[in-house]
Amino acid sequence: MDLQKFLTMGGYAGFVWSAYGLTTVVLLWNWWAARRSEAEAQASARRRITLSQESRS
Amino acid sequence: MMRTPIVEAARLVFRRDLTLAWRRWDEVAQPLIFYVVVTTMFPLATTPDLTQLRVISGGVVWVAALLASLLALEALFRADVEDGTTEQWVLSGQPLGWLLLAKVAAHWVLTGLPLVIMSPIVGTALGLPYGAWGTLMLSLLLGTATLSVLGGIGAALTVGVRRGSVLLSLLVLPLAMPLLIFGARAVGMAMDGESPAGPLQLLAAIFFLALSLGPLAMSAAIRISVEN
Amino acid sequence: MWTWFHKLASPPHAYRMLGKMAPWFGWTALAFILVAAWWGLVKAPPDYQQGDAFRILYVHAPSAWMSMFAYVAMAAAAAIGVVWRIKIAHAAAAAGAPIGASFTFLALATGSIWGKPMWGTWWVWDARLTSELLLLFLYLGYMALRSSFDDPQRADRASAVLAIVGVINVPIIHYSVKWWTTLHQAASVTKLDKPSIALPMLIPLFLMIIGFQLYYGWALCRRLRGEILRRERNAAWLKEAS
Repeated sequence: MDLQKFLTMGGYAGFVWSAYGLTTVVLLWNWWAARRSEAEAQASARRRITLSQESRS
Repeated sequence: MMRTPIVEAARLVFRRDLTLAWRRWDEVAQPLIFYVVVTTMFPLATTPDLTQLRVISGGVVWVAALLASLLALEALFRADVEDGTTEQWVLSGQPLGWLLLAKVAAHWVLTGLPLVIMSPIVGTALGLPYGAWGTLMLSLLLGTATLSVLGGIGAALTVGVRRGSVLLSLLVLPLAMPLLIFGARAVGMAMDGESPAGPLQLLAAIFFLALSLGPLAMSAAIRISVEN
Repeated sequence: MWTWFHKLASPPHAYRMLGKMAPWFGWTALAFILVAAWWGLVKAPPDYQQGDAFRILYVHAPSAWMSMFAYVAMAAAAAIGVVWRIKIAHAAAAAGAPIGASFTFLALATGSIWGKPMWGTWWVWDARLTSELLLLFLYLGYMALRSSFDDPQRADRASAVLAIVGVINVPIIHYSVKWWTTLHQAASVTKLDKPSIALPMLIPLFLMIIGFQLYYGWALCRRLRGEILRRERNAAWLKEAS
């Protein structure tokens, strides 16, 4: 398939590319959000440990 | 220690709720008024022409009935949870599901049943023909009863939540969509002269499913809300 | 065999295992998704009727599949958490919800985009899309209920009841919506149903589904680690972990 056909998608370019673009956005969002959720939980856990250590000493 | 048989206990709960509501019956009237108000909105929003309204009359009556029922459901368990009655039920060792079902039944008699009785009047105002009255009432009878059980589960889950009524609607309405589909469709079929037996039977089946599994879910939900 | 199962339920062990598994899921997911995308966009020939618009199937159908899979997985995890009182099962349900909701949104959006060139409107009340919409409502309700509780234990158990009630309802919803769309004359032939396509054109579909499943696995691993941490009160193993 040549580049021309690839880009224009037989006239349906807007639809196909927005669909695939949206898919990329959602997949990227999942990547970012999952890592952020994990990182937040780790930071919060670290805070809890430091607090409990301080209260013990 | 002598223990009250569960049927007697359930009947006591049922009568108690009816008696309490009798003393505050303006609260009972509110969902009914809401029902009429919402129904009135549709002609105002579309057209006064009864032949056009007739087409959507079954659906509008159904939607208004569901929304009015939901309004009243939020407070179903609140008073009893707040004053500790529910905790006593949980501790009493009685089958909790039965007691909660008795409460839901009382609630339905106070809200659902009046909606069912008023539905022909409200429907006629939207052009619903006389021949569809029976189907309208029967479908709403089954639908509001099922919704009371579903709403009971939702109310039990959200009893401690601030502004739980919106959350309750958000939880219960998607689950109630099949009721709406079958109920409104039954009325539509009756209006067109077809037999509404199919969707009515499906409504009945869903009702019995809700009746058998609902108390289980409700008691699980209430225990969660009551235990600290 | 039960020792393995019990070990899995132990938070420190699970936390470590999930951390090790995540990269495997992640990289294989990426590989499958890229190959599937290339195959679907380049290698597969255009459809006889729909032309190149047909390629949207390769992202729409897998999203729809994942939305359903994730919901059932969430409900199953919640049920396990309730019946056997395993905290990590509740954590898995909580972790899976946003992932499933995002796939549901994607299925709706791609379905809507696909609808426009096919029958000229951005939205149509066909069985598949309407069911997806109701499923999105179920996800949103679940997440809303969870966030309304401060106590994570209560949130876990309440949302578990909701998930189980919801999953019982899902087949009822599907059947009723399907029935509803067959009633009316004007119902468009739902071209979102897979038309009878040749097997070679289905390959990118299967590859994408596998890719999405693996990606779900990756995201679940990462989120589940976070959920485990949030539920852990005992600081001892946490110190080692961080």
